[in-house]
Amino acid sequence: MNGEPPVETEQAISDDQVHLEDIEIRLLLEAIYQLYGYDFRSYSQASMRRRIMHRLTMSGFSTVLQMTDRVLRDRQFFVTLLNDLTVNVTEMYRDPEFYRAFREEVVPVLKTFPFIKIWHAGCATGEEIYSMAILLEEEGLYERAMLYATDIDKNVLAAAKKGIYPIHAFKQYADNYRRAGGRHSLSDYATARYDSVIMEQRLKRNIVFADHDLATDQVFGEMHVILCRNVLIYFDRSLQQRVFRLFDDSLDLGGYLCLGTKESLRFSGDEDAFEVVNKPMRIFRKRQPRHNA
Amino acid sequence: MREAIQAVVMGASWGGLNAYSSILSSLPERFPAAIMLVQHQNASSDNRLAWLLQKYTRLPVVAPEDKERIRPGHVYVAPPGYHMLVDADHTIALTIYRPVHFSRPSIDELFFSAGHVYGRQVLGVILTGANEDGSEGLDYIRRRGGPTLAQSPQSSEAPAMPEAAIAKGAVETILDLERIGPYLAESLVGSRNEKTEHPGRR
Repeated sequence: MNGEPPVETEQAISDDQVHLEDIEIRLLLEAIYQLYGYDFRSYSQASMRRRIMHRLTMSGFSTVLQMTDRVLRDRQFFVTLLNDLTVNVTEMYRDPEFYRAFREEVVPVLKTFPFIKIWHAGCATGEEIYSMAILLEEEGLYERAMLYATDIDKNVLAAAKKGIYPIHAFKQYADNYRRAGGRHSLSDYATARYDSVIMEQRLKRNIVFADHDLATDQVFGEMHVILCRNVLIYFDRSLQQRVFRLFDDSLDLGGYLCLGTKESLRFSGDEDAFEVVNKPMRIFRKRQPRHNA
Repeated sequence: MREAIQAVVMGASWGGLNAYSSILSSLPERFPAAIMLVQHQNASSDNRLAWLLQKYTRLPVVAPEDKERIRPGHVYVAPPGYHMLVDADHTIALTIYRPVHFSRPSIDELFFSAGHVYGRQVLGVILTGANEDGSEGLDYIRRRGGPTLAQSPQSSEAPAMPEAAIAKGAVETILDLERIGPYLAESLVGSRNEKTEHPGRR
């Protein structure tokens, strides 16, 4: 086998070409912001580029600029691209160990509160907000809790409100639920209908769904818990820092911040404002003001 | 002459642990490039592979967090359940975008992003495995001018992955497994010594 094919020059991709693509990507994101109001301009370049190039390949345009023209004139096409850009991969009790840690280390403190406000920032299609609702129900906390589920993408929020999930995924969720320390059976909280599973209506009674863009919108209430898991990984460092300040300002003293297991406060510029509750599961707590000794 | 390599990116599936331990154990202690590797595996919250591979090398093996700075002489292992990409500012970007070739982490995701950021200064290696992940990304690295390497199918526990990359025309050099580590050591440590105008950072 000959392993050394000549590099054909017309196939080569020069730094200039890549630089041009980068400019076109920035123009596309600017166009999306100006026309549709979604602000992806401070997202991680690497992941934005991969998803834009994926859509480019799928739709057969030869340049990002050509695709931008379509995005500006065809709302439906924009919605397709939006779906690519906002990552909606989630599952119930994603990282079961996190929910177990939350149950064991955060819930006992929450039980001492008369009222609990929880903000789930970037809730996507809602699997994790129902996971939390069930956990609170089992811990006897649901009645005094209010859950705010927000996402940048209104289409996704509509799906979250419905709470209908494919049955094939539900088996995995039931397994996660058990590993997360679930007390009953996940099917007690849902009804199967053909190939789907519908979350019980009663789980929604204290959930408020709202669209909120972490890149542009403001502080959200005085929260006791903020969950924002695997959202910040898509932001660049400057946007991350903005969001950490937003969370800091939105949290009550002693309130909890829960991040994805590969996310870090190290690069946030705000590390000192929080103490670590559970490092591997990324549970942090906003520090109480220090008294002068 | 080829430019100094800043990063070596590698991808493996079936048989990968054996391949990675063989390669890493033959690299010198002061390796001038960052090493990033993807092993297909099921999602899990701990990065056990990083811990396992540390036994085979004196280079620090890192289970990276998002936004971690990529440093020469360090080995970064893609965490199970996440794609690992190289961002423009030479930091690690993790995503949970949909699986590629049924895999997350995916080799293509790493290779495309590394080819974009490093251009001619990244070397791509495709190793043993039973699907086609990595061949498009390796071809992208080649088209960006980076050297590309495949484990020889006959030395692979599962030959499909290197075969797919070779069939695509993405591969410049084919080597048996036991030759890959020494080859990387020779070509990178050599190429660095020639570049005296760029004093090392370490």
